[in-house]
Amino acid sequence: MFSLEHLVDLPLVWYGLILVAVLLYIVLDGFDLGVGILFPFAPSEECRNRMMNSIAPFWDGNETWLILGGGGLFAAFPLAYAILMPALYVPVIAMLLGLIFRGVAFEFRFKAPPGKRGLWDHAFHFGSLAAAFMQGTIIGAVVQGIPVEGRSFAGGAFDWLNGYSVMTGVALVFGYALLGATWTVMKTEGLTQAWARNAAVYALGWVAVFLAIVSVSMPFINPDIRALWWTIPNLFYLAPIPTASLVLILLIARDLRSSQREVRPFLCAIGVFLTAYLGLGISLYPYAVPYEVSFRQAAAAGPSQSLLLVGTVVLLPIVLAYTAYCYHVFRGKASHESGY
Amino acid sequence: MFEAMDALLLARIQFAFTVSFHIVFPAFTIGLASWLAVLEWRWLRTGKPVYAEVYRMWVKIFAVTFGMGVVSGVVLSFQFGTNWSVFADRGGNVLGPLLGYEVLTAFFLEASFLGIMLFGWNRVSRRMHFAATVIVALGTLVSAFWILAANSWMQTPAGFRVGPDGLLHPTSWVEAVFNPSFPYRFVHMVTAAYLTTAFTVAGIGAWYLFRGRHVPHARVMFGMAMIMAVFVAPLQLVFGDLHGLNTLAHQPVKVSAMEGLWETQRGAPLVLFGWPDEAREETRFSLEIPKLSSLILTHDWNGEVKGLKAWPRDERPPVAWVFWTFRLMVGLGLLMIATGAAAAVLYFRRRLFDSRAFQLWCMALTPAGFLAVLAGWFVTEVGRQPWIVYGVLRTAQSASPVTAAPIAVSLAAFLVVYTFVFGAGSYYILHLIGKGPQALEEPTYGDHGIEKPPLVTGAA
Repeated sequence: MFSLEHLVDLPLVWYGLILVAVLLYIVLDGFDLGVGILFPFAPSEECRNRMMNSIAPFWDGNETWLILGGGGLFAAFPLAYAILMPALYVPVIAMLLGLIFRGVAFEFRFKAPPGKRGLWDHAFHFGSLAAAFMQGTIIGAVVQGIPVEGRSFAGGAFDWLNGYSVMTGVALVFGYALLGATWTVMKTEGLTQAWARNAAVYALGWVAVFLAIVSVSMPFINPDIRALWWTIPNLFYLAPIPTASLVLILLIARDLRSSQREVRPFLCAIGVFLTAYLGLGISLYPYAVPYEVSFRQAAAAGPSQSLLLVGTVVLLPIVLAYTAYCYHVFRGKASHESGY
Repeated sequence: MFEAMDALLLARIQFAFTVSFHIVFPAFTIGLASWLAVLEWRWLRTGKPVYAEVYRMWVKIFAVTFGMGVVSGVVLSFQFGTNWSVFADRGGNVLGPLLGYEVLTAFFLEASFLGIMLFGWNRVSRRMHFAATVIVALGTLVSAFWILAANSWMQTPAGFRVGPDGLLHPTSWVEAVFNPSFPYRFVHMVTAAYLTTAFTVAGIGAWYLFRGRHVPHARVMFGMAMIMAVFVAPLQLVFGDLHGLNTLAHQPVKVSAMEGLWETQRGAPLVLFGWPDEAREETRFSLEIPKLSSLILTHDWNGEVKGLKAWPRDERPPVAWVFWTFRLMVGLGLLMIATGAAAAVLYFRRRLFDSRAFQLWCMALTPAGFLAVLAGWFVTEVGRQPWIVYGVLRTAQSASPVTAAPIAVSLAAFLVVYTFVFGAGSYYILHLIGKGPQALEEPTYGDHGIEKPPLVTGAA
């Protein structure tokens, strides 16, 4: 049986790949969910049309990273998938229902006569909001740990719901709003861009607050995380991560006030997500199901991970290349309102 | 125990509902994508605007259908875990990579190039746009390849061993992917998808012809669809028969249920209709043709056909479901073949586009493909019961440790949301059909319904 397990550390490689897929999902679908979160607050119908046009060619591809994250977890770490999904049954289904509403809104909104778009505007907004909030609560529930017995989840249907997970849910809504607002700054001009700059400033403030809360609270959740972050010399090695977050947030705040900067706020917002994700990843390593099952325990058989790794090594660069091509085809700005 | 039974039943109903709803969309988009590629090719070759106009009408319907297929499909990729976590744990080593390949080889391809197909009309060259259409069409076929490989493996598992821990481990990927039922199921399903699209397009073309609207466009739709009905519908009978013989070799109890035969016998009759009664272990009120079942299944008038009683009760599928959905599928297939034959006769009498009775007939058959696809999947999936992986893992042992309440509530939510969302989708599709193909005069960005082209600044 073909297997690469004696050549490469398959579970570690797959742990890394899944984390990268999830990160790509968070950043890519994050900005289009963010546009949905901000949607009803836009100053005019034209603004909303431009915002929707700016993401319409991309949302489907962006959401495919979620399927890769879910499908990849199933393929590479079936035990983790089999424990996490029942544990997160309610928020996962709620997220999926949210994604249904906002996904179909792209098509339905433009098919509806102009006066009757309100229904799909709401579907787009509340669907995006629900999906973002549920993803945030999932993160909050996972970092608090999942009870496991044998090879199964051993908790109740609403164990995921508590004050902390609600807080992380709200935090991710603001995080996605920041990505969506800075994306809109990049892809529009004039009135829409000016509004998006204000929205981004508002979201940025809340992102800073929530990042601070999460950073300070994480070490209290688990003694291992405390030991990891709050000991010398680890503190010095890890200090660059929160420092980078802080610098990026300040940079966004400054750029948003300068009309010259259209692209950098979005790139820096991605940077903020990257640092937060890195901090979370370091805290949760080496767990696939915190704090019960490590990624090595959850790993699929060597031949299974090998087969998909070959495909991933060949296909993922191709996927990234044509994704980049699509972003290139639809580069530039959606038109200014005065064009109408 | 009672609680566990309820949760299991609810989980099964939920999965049956979401997967049945989902399959309707790919069944349509697989055929539609290929047809759109043919239309665009005809347009590039002939330069006749009628092809582009038909393309632009149907690409909008494709977009709505594809969008609904995507969102209902994402649900499924999570339900293996939320509702069937024991199955996911034990079968993940084999099934996981197959689904992973589907995402990597098909989903990204479709999603990315769909953007160009819908919005790129004025942004890329005609050749590049055509390439995008072809790539999306190929993507739908590649997707079908992997998901049918995975499903077929659950029907006729091969290339694996059961480890000491109860987990299934792959031993040969070639055997697992090209498991015994896969080639038959793949060909049967792709052909079914093409026929589904053909009969939908035929019905709508017939409606335009009947009303005397969009006649040049309707002739393209109706004519191309009838080519499929004439040549592909009879082929499907052959493919279906081969698939049935394959099922007889590997899942004989499913065939016994399809036939409604309880006793093992030589010269078994073909039960046309009847009422399979599981309690009495007989098919009541049956209308039979002597010896025909033996002839079809063994190609011998006196061949032996096994009856359901050859298996213990707890290894038989729910017989009535399999029996009736099989008859529905075959009946619709025969109607499609009859349609093709009638089309051929009308063509040689030069009345293909004029017969109003035939137009009404084709309008009535618009949903035939969808119903046949759903019925066929009920035959094969219900016929696999009580197994989730045939002969290896029982459905009853595969469910997640989730209580009945959240499953019931989420099932209700799916029912409400799907009815509302997909009802709206159907409404918009009917609206697009009512509007019909539009002249190409204004080169707008509006092939996707967006009012005006977003101007590109900074690009040449």
